Amino acid sequence: MTTMNDTPLVIAGVEYQSRLLVGTGKYKDMEETRLALEASGAEIITVAVRRSNLGQNPDEPNLLDVVSPDKYTILPNTAGCYTVDDAVRTCRLARELLEGHDLVKLEVLGDEKTLFPDITATLEAADVLVKDGFKVMVYTNDDPIIAKRLEEIGCVAVMPLAAPIGSGLGIRNPYNILTIVENANVPIIVDAGVGTASDSAIAMELGCDGILMNTAIAAAQKPILMASAMKKAIEAGREAFLAGRMPRKRFASASSPIDGTIF
Amino acid sequence: MKIQVNGASQQVEAGCTAKDLIKIMGLGGKRIAMEVNMEIVPRSSYGEFVLNQDDTIEIVHAVGGG
Repeated sequence: MTTMNDTPLVIAGVEYQSRLLVGTGKYKDMEETRLALEASGAEIITVAVRRSNLGQNPDEPNLLDVVSPDKYTILPNTAGCYTVDDAVRTCRLARELLEGHDLVKLEVLGDEKTLFPDITATLEAADVLVKDGFKVMVYTNDDPIIAKRLEEIGCVAVMPLAAPIGSGLGIRNPYNILTIVENANVPIIVDAGVGTASDSAIAMELGCDGILMNTAIAAAQKPILMASAMKKAIEAGREAFLAGRMPRKRFASASSPIDGTIF
Repeated sequence: MKIQVNGASQQVEAGCTAKDLIKIMGLGGKRIAMEVNMEIVPRSSYGEFVLNQDDTIEIVHAVGGG
């Protein structure tokens, strides 16, 4: 669904109607994944790249049969990579896996406890990948200086975290996110940390171009219902941003006229 | 000859190609990507890509992730 008076989200020259990007991890099974994706209305779907199981379960459904590249834009990630070399290698395997598709989500992690990005490695990997022809959507922290640097390297979208991956803590630093959005000439997509619909609405009201999430949907009690809630929250937040909120005032301002009262 | 496939030792006949290996592993027709000694082997060249003793092979596919 297109939000009223809005333009589409454009990433690497491709237009998307949905501003919600979703992951495919942590679901109960492939069917739940499929239904949640459908309810979310997302068009860009992240996947991870891992060793194939050899001979253990030949009938196991393949994720790409459920999340068809004909229907969705597949965004392979570099989750689990802690070095530049591992991240670049994973992206090259993903490009081969997806028959030349070169849109990737780069994340180079620095620490297992926080899953915060290793920024120096992220900058280096982004540079290598951009020069190798990849269209890089990059996971980063909520630092406006680094966000700008990643844009200058040539990333097609910059994706600051709201809070640690899988934490569901919501936007921890709205002023930094706002500064990142104001400075940007590429889409800013909050990646990681939203927990519920209101978190998404807040991110969109700050002017973010989209939100990428996985755990907030997959770990909800009812993932398919949460996928639907997130879709609506992102549309509502986007419309509120475009509408421009009223100024905050400390004291009341009556909505009904004072003139004509009968007393 | 002996090769390493996804971290496990594997015996294959000399002259085994990437295409043969995929068949042996039961991965025919699956959406996968292959790397031999850290270099990508393009799908179009599986038929002529001959493996050698002690090659290290990684075969990957897409799984759920965020």
